[in-house]
Amino acid sequence: MASLQPLTALGRREPVTVTHGPLTIAERTDVALASVAARKGRMADLAAAARAAGVPLPAPAAHQSGTPYSAFWIAPEMWFVEAPFASHELIAEMLKSALGEAASITEQTDAWVAFDLAAPDLAPLLERLCNVDFPVVPAGYATRTVMEHLGVYLIKHGAGAVRLYGPRSSAQSLLHALETAARSVF
Amino acid sequence: MTQPNRIAGGQIDRTRTLRFTFDGIPYTGHPGDTLASALLANGVRLMGRSFKYHRPRGPISAGSEEPNALVELRSGARQEPNTRATVAELFDGLEAKSQNRWPSLRLDAMAINDRLNAFFTAGFYYKTFMWPRSFWERVYEPMIRRAAGLGSVSREEDPDAYDKGFLHCDLLVIGAGPAGLMAALTAGRAGRRVILADEDFRMGGRLNAETFAIGNTAGADWAAATVAELASMPHVRLMTRTAVIGAFDHGIYGAVERVSDHLAVPPPGKPRQILWRIYSQRAILAGGATERPIAFANNDRPGIMLAGALRAYANRWGVAAGQRVAVFTNNDDGLRTAADLKAKGVEVVAVIDSRKGEVVIDTRGRLGLKAITIRDGAGRTRSFSVEALGVSGGWNPNVNIHSHHRARPVWDAAIAAFVPGPEGPPGLLVAGAAAGVLSTHGALRTGCDAARAALDLTGAAPDLPQAEDAPVRISPLWHVDHGRGRAWIDQQNDVTVKDVKLAKQENFTSVEHLKRYTTLGMATDQGKTGNVIGLAIMAELTGRSIPETGTTIYRPPYTPVALGTLAGRSRGKEFKPYRLTPSHYWAQEQGAVFVEVGMWLRTQWIPKAGETEWRQSVDREVLATRKSVGICDVTTLGKIDIQGTDAGAFLDRVYANTFSTLPVGKCRYGLMLREDGIVFDDGTTARLGEHEYVMTTTTANAVAVFRHLEFCRQCLWPEMDVQLISTTEAWAQFSVAGPNARKLLEKVVDQDISDAAFPYMAAGNITVCGGLRARLFRISFSGELAYEIAVPTRYGDALLREMLARGAEFDPIVYGTEALGVMRVEKGHVAGGELNGQSTALNMGLGRMVSKKKDSIGMVLSQREGLTDPEGYRLVGVKPVDRNGKLTAGSHFLEKGAAPVAANDLGWLTSKVYSPHLGHDIALGYLKAGDRRIGQRMRAVNLLSGQDTEVEILSPHMFDPEGERLRG
Repeated sequence: MASLQPLTALGRREPVTVTHGPLTIAERTDVALASVAARKGRMADLAAAARAAGVPLPAPAAHQSGTPYSAFWIAPEMWFVEAPFASHELIAEMLKSALGEAASITEQTDAWVAFDLAAPDLAPLLERLCNVDFPVVPAGYATRTVMEHLGVYLIKHGAGAVRLYGPRSSAQSLLHALETAARSVF
Repeated sequence: MTQPNRIAGGQIDRTRTLRFTFDGIPYTGHPGDTLASALLANGVRLMGRSFKYHRPRGPISAGSEEPNALVELRSGARQEPNTRATVAELFDGLEAKSQNRWPSLRLDAMAINDRLNAFFTAGFYYKTFMWPRSFWERVYEPMIRRAAGLGSVSREEDPDAYDKGFLHCDLLVIGAGPAGLMAALTAGRAGRRVILADEDFRMGGRLNAETFAIGNTAGADWAAATVAELASMPHVRLMTRTAVIGAFDHGIYGAVERVSDHLAVPPPGKPRQILWRIYSQRAILAGGATERPIAFANNDRPGIMLAGALRAYANRWGVAAGQRVAVFTNNDDGLRTAADLKAKGVEVVAVIDSRKGEVVIDTRGRLGLKAITIRDGAGRTRSFSVEALGVSGGWNPNVNIHSHHRARPVWDAAIAAFVPGPEGPPGLLVAGAAAGVLSTHGALRTGCDAARAALDLTGAAPDLPQAEDAPVRISPLWHVDHGRGRAWIDQQNDVTVKDVKLAKQENFTSVEHLKRYTTLGMATDQGKTGNVIGLAIMAELTGRSIPETGTTIYRPPYTPVALGTLAGRSRGKEFKPYRLTPSHYWAQEQGAVFVEVGMWLRTQWIPKAGETEWRQSVDREVLATRKSVGICDVTTLGKIDIQGTDAGAFLDRVYANTFSTLPVGKCRYGLMLREDGIVFDDGTTARLGEHEYVMTTTTANAVAVFRHLEFCRQCLWPEMDVQLISTTEAWAQFSVAGPNARKLLEKVVDQDISDAAFPYMAAGNITVCGGLRARLFRISFSGELAYEIAVPTRYGDALLREMLARGAEFDPIVYGTEALGVMRVEKGHVAGGELNGQSTALNMGLGRMVSKKKDSIGMVLSQREGLTDPEGYRLVGVKPVDRNGKLTAGSHFLEKGAAPVAANDLGWLTSKVYSPHLGHDIALGYLKAGDRRIGQRMRAVNLLSGQDTEVEILSPHMFDPEGERLRG
């Protein structure tokens, strides 16, 4: 598939990193993403298959890191599974063969834009953007929230490390919202 | 420049001098001043003109309850009207202007209204502007509108930014006076997360305005030390300049933080204000109390103010509002003003205590108080020359926020005021003066108790510092009935005792009627000083008690909020986020014209050199597509991945037609009904595997359909094995249409897509350009041989460029939504104009798609008599009889010769385009019994545009009705 040159969600050849004061916003294009939902009544089968395949299936509101698969909960018996894009561009196929008929699996890689936020403390930024009680939730917390009208997934990796998944088509708007808030705060 | 009324003391920084102007005249003040305190220090008492009578007015308060001292702050685009001088923080270079006067504050021509006051009583408008009727809108309304309103707006765009934000805490403490500080301290020392918010720029509340000691220190010093201790606690957030404006549902409070209002201009990138939504487990209202005046003749002159404000100016700001002052009170607290002012060296010439039978009966001084006349207990009158008069009619607890959920406050006769009742927003406790506990000790005690109760703190209560605990001794006096002079109740709206009497006389005795009839309690101050006197006087007049008379409903916001604050960042181009299609950057390079479709920016058409008018571009795009091949970005259509062993059965229930029988590798057009039988949405759904379907929806309904399916899955049929997820953005999808569509696609698709291998309505996973996973659907919206091809979104731009490059020999064009619309109307495909939420499958000519062999949402109700009327609307095609005739969407069908009235209406044109193939306008429409009128002539009449066009009714399939092209 050499002939097609991908564009990032921001319409560039290469991912964008912007800094504002202590804050770094890094677009991540190297993450493959798929949804995994247990088929009705097949949760035990899915759990067993996932365990065998090394696919974490964390509890509600949680993210669990692993190699190569990490995952976060998005709905009852439903997760988003992350893996390195370079090795797992065909993440949906790979998960299907690993998890079999116990799960419904859908490629989600290009449905989202991923931004990694880094700063010594992200709480002052996030309180201007979303209704998440960021200082209180633990590292490994994952939730769906809204930023400037956009539904996003927020994963807290630490007080100063957050991954956001926002709608890919609104990547520009989301980045603008992040930068605007950053100028307000930092 | 001297400040003649500046006296010793106060919490201002005299080491720095700030320059400012009022009506162009330069003055000086100090950090810590408000505009009002600085003006008073400079001997300026006259700060505004009243709303109706243009009476000269000065501040009566030292806080946010101020009705009078409303000024325009700043200039140019930042000019803001109706700013209360009593809360406007002084900064260097501040520019303030008086308002509601012409030509000047001292000489206001509109003050003629005051002379004509006999006419301008309550109900003046209703009684005066009655006739002639023809004057209502043309004369009276413009005239009243010109006269109404205070201040002026710049009409320029607000250059400042406003943020919104979200905060969370265990305990929100509203107000940082003694009660609030004690509550925050109690909770903070217990390790709880606390937000302490105060609208003032200095915490301490009345402690800053009083001379009381707490323990061994001055109250203000205790406040400062407490604030310092709280500031050292990482789990306590101190928010000065932050007004909590309302109690909303579920422990959510709104608050406005004035981040930059104390600066000339916000720092670059920083907001002027932030609208916070505070999520609190519990909250304590410690908002203090507001003093109320007593109504007596001419009690509105500049220099007459609330007694508590008079001593606040002296104690907190080192300002004597006048060199010779008097105090008029009905309670002990008023006496404190006299004592404090004396201690400051101000000459107190009289203390008039109504409890001894003494009252003020009149005042003099055109632009500011010069003298008062009093009547003593023996009925003797005397006059005193004074520059300021402090008036205390008692204190009203600030119950507002506690009443935001409609809780009615209850009357407490002991303090002659309303206090919060037992009901109120869940989780909100009240402490201190807001609860009617008016002593400092009481404030500390109730603040501590409220925090302990709110947070279920156990263990012994802490020892409270010593503080004054004087009882409230008040003998209510609402107004002094003497002489003919007007006695003001609500100074902002110029409501007098006489107006209340008139309201009573005309039977507007309900407190809500009293408000509307007299305007008592309206506008920026919401009657914080005037309401209770007004209703107390109404109670006197009607012989009812004050609690029987009651209060009006308290509503947010507690203090005025700028509209920009409510808008936040959602302004102009940032009103909403945009969604960009995968071909956006390519289209931008081509100079495409974009159209907003919901949040999407879609290519509407792409002008080529020499094209001066949009129709030229659209016609070219249509003709080129039908001649060879055109490509359209259809990524915006909703795509929903539906998997599970019951996926087919699920689709059978949500679609009116059947999908469980659809073979793998095929797609089918589906019609989705609402429960009431009306068409909800349409689109094609493909079966990609035994248990895997992908549904497409219209762009507009993508979210609504997904939500509907989730409702069906989770709530209606939770037993079904169905999993859903949106994949709209995951795939870049292009329609490739036209006689050469297949030939073009063969240049990029790796598999055989001949008609035999990939027949009409085939669908499946393929690869393109040497192995990239992709999806291909042989479906057509344009009526041409057409496909939709999808690749992972990141490759969408490249695929488009590749198709254009590799297929160059076919002269492919990219078409926009306008050309798309032309081609679908030519083919009679329904879209937005026909999917109008009122139309059935039968109306659309798709009645047979509603399968009776199975149950599906809307099937039963679509069979209702009213929806199956053979005389009902049917979709038809329309063309003008004269090829040059013009059609307009929205025109109505009428029989020839029928009058254009609703009774003769036979339907309407839903969508209209110009067909470059047919060479004339065509339209779709809903026409009564339209299926039996094919070939008939009638009229399309548009009363708005004045069109009356003879039209011929056609089958909706106006182009290639046999569908030969799309199967080619």
